[in-house]
Amino acid sequence: MSRIAYAGAPRNASPRTRKSITLTVLMSVFLIYTLVPLLWLVINASKTQADLFTTFGLWFGDEFVLGQNIVETLTYRDGIFVRWLGNTLLYVVLGAGGATLLATVAGYGLAKFRFPGRRAVFAIVLGAIAIPGTALAVPTFLMFSQLGLTNTPWAIIIPSLISPFGLYLIWVYAVDSVPTELLEAARMDGAGEFRTFFTISIRLLAPGIVTVLLFTVVATWNNYFLPLIMLSDPAWYPLTVGLDQWNDQATGAAADPIYNLVLTGSLLTIVPIVVAFLVLQRYWQSGLSAGSVKQ
Amino acid sequence: MTTKRSRSGFRRIATAVVTVAALGGALVACAPQAGAGTAEGSASDLEAALEAGGTITYWSWTPSAEAQVAAFEKAYPKVDVKLVNAGTNTEEYTKLQNAIKAGSGAPDVAQIEYYAMPQFALSDSLLDLSAYGLDELEDQYTASTWGSVNIDGKLYGLPQDSGPMALFYNATVFDQFGIAVPTTWDEYIAAGEQLHAADPTKYITSDTGDSGFATSMIWQAGGHPFDVDGADITVDLADEGSAKWADTWNQLLEKDLLSDIPGWSDEWFKGLGDGTIASLVVGAWMPGVLESSVPDAAGDWRVAPIPTYDGEPVSAENGGGGQAVLKQSKNPALAAAFLEWLNSDPESIKIFGESGGFPSTVAELESEDFVNQESEYFGGQKINEVLTQAASDVLPGWSYLPYQVYANSIFGDTVGQAYANKSDLNAGLATWQKQLVDYGNEQGFDVKG
Repeated sequence: MSRIAYAGAPRNASPRTRKSITLTVLMSVFLIYTLVPLLWLVINASKTQADLFTTFGLWFGDEFVLGQNIVETLTYRDGIFVRWLGNTLLYVVLGAGGATLLATVAGYGLAKFRFPGRRAVFAIVLGAIAIPGTALAVPTFLMFSQLGLTNTPWAIIIPSLISPFGLYLIWVYAVDSVPTELLEAARMDGAGEFRTFFTISIRLLAPGIVTVLLFTVVATWNNYFLPLIMLSDPAWYPLTVGLDQWNDQATGAAADPIYNLVLTGSLLTIVPIVVAFLVLQRYWQSGLSAGSVKQ
Repeated sequence: MTTKRSRSGFRRIATAVVTVAALGGALVACAPQAGAGTAEGSASDLEAALEAGGTITYWSWTPSAEAQVAAFEKAYPKVDVKLVNAGTNTEEYTKLQNAIKAGSGAPDVAQIEYYAMPQFALSDSLLDLSAYGLDELEDQYTASTWGSVNIDGKLYGLPQDSGPMALFYNATVFDQFGIAVPTTWDEYIAAGEQLHAADPTKYITSDTGDSGFATSMIWQAGGHPFDVDGADITVDLADEGSAKWADTWNQLLEKDLLSDIPGWSDEWFKGLGDGTIASLVVGAWMPGVLESSVPDAAGDWRVAPIPTYDGEPVSAENGGGGQAVLKQSKNPALAAAFLEWLNSDPESIKIFGESGGFPSTVAELESEDFVNQESEYFGGQKINEVLTQAASDVLPGWSYLPYQVYANSIFGDTVGQAYANKSDLNAGLATWQKQLVDYGNEQGFDVKG
């Protein structure tokens, strides 16, 4: 797999000794660009509300109250933040998990079985990738309100189950990584299609599955617009919408700003996703390059 | 900043979505037979409902809501009020419109600001409270707030707070630079020039284009840009009052005398504390916000009447709102009874006042205790003398559009552009007007502009 990952790089006699100053500078700039907001978040999550308003943004305030902020975030308004965290996890496990399962099964089926209508499905999936989810939010909302499902967790989970991009990725990946000869051999030996899938194919597909999982987990974790319009009961909010509600408290006649909690909450919100990335990133690399070269 | 902008972009889409959805129903509502589904009830039903008890849901983002609900439940133990914070202002309206569109999920009682009241009233989502005799409470409220909840001859809510406009200024900064408190807008502009010339880091005020502020300022200038008669609407954002405000504010804008710190951001609160933003023209609910969120500036701030064009005292309402009973309510009598208690019972109003709210009830505004209260934060000034005077100086006869929530959501794209380019606000208002006319007509209103 690793060979494929580097297939795009120029084949030089000694790739390790070659250095490009331009690329290093570009990389550093990009690194700073990416890390400064994160640094800002960490620093400011450690300040009191008063320090937030009065001290320099990129350095620590007079008091270091990260621990206190975390406690306050987790307990504010009877611990609603913990509830939102639980909701987000629920949506991620069911939504992203379900989406990955469906994408895997469907992508594999399309790659390895010949049946009428395959090309039509291909066209529809490709077309679906091109439509941004935001554009579908309104029709989805109207449909769900007809079904009486708005303001329930299903309104978030069901739309999250569909991942045309994931399906396409698995499809492309399966074409190359699961040799048809292997499947034919399994059939010869009398294994049923399901057994073949679960004992042989799924292992070969693992890097692709993890990649899709990572994509869908990130998408569901960050999902904002759909829950924003679907849910009205804060008890079902995911973290994204909940934090936005806290942020909005600073506005208008009864303004009650809790910026310190918004920042600490944001920091807590990105921790799991950062961990997920660090753990799964090597699969991500190899998965992305799948299908990009002919073996 | 980018996050903020894209977030409000999403918000705008969401607002547009629900407005479209809601106004689909609005047209039906504007037809003459509207009002089907009005609860039949009377004043005695309210007592009976409180006796019988039950459960109702109340959506509110006011900080005092929790204490008020607790006090109510103590007084009426059989009633269970489920308090939900469904978001602050526009966020709540989005949720409310969604629930109305979905046909279920709306609360029994909801907090709705005055500017949004017509939108919900005309989409036939709110109960006419006169059915329960609540129209008899008229004398308890100021004329301007009562007018804001009476739409087309029906009572759609009870006022909670009010926001007569006044000038809040940082006296420490004013004194430091020898600036006299302005009484006219010309003096205000001169004060802005003087301050910014003396210290370029300081601004007389910050304004990056806020629809609520702009409409209130037009109101104060005597403008009537929105004329609503059922489904017949006239939008004239070039009328005398609108132009008067725009021409005045243009001077501050074009001379670069307005700070570009967005309102309600962390930077804004910071600016109010350190003197970067030296004054605010805003509703009478501001003292509570200053006290709780800008504690460092205690002693610096003072209140004066809002500057005027000719020196004659005149004010307008800025922000503020009330509560309404939703038609979806399964127990409208109980909901109305709770609403009556919430916005007219002395105990409830007292709790509201203690949390920093500015009342809409005449009894409180005229009480000696209230008027003579010395505010420690404002250096011992009797701020309510100024603010209650502002309440009685509010110009009558203002109305908002029946799609004001949407209108405000596109303010940034139209008038906000004039702010961003530091160009003529009249042109920005004209663009806003054009879009409002087009939108209203698309929604089936008969809008002239």
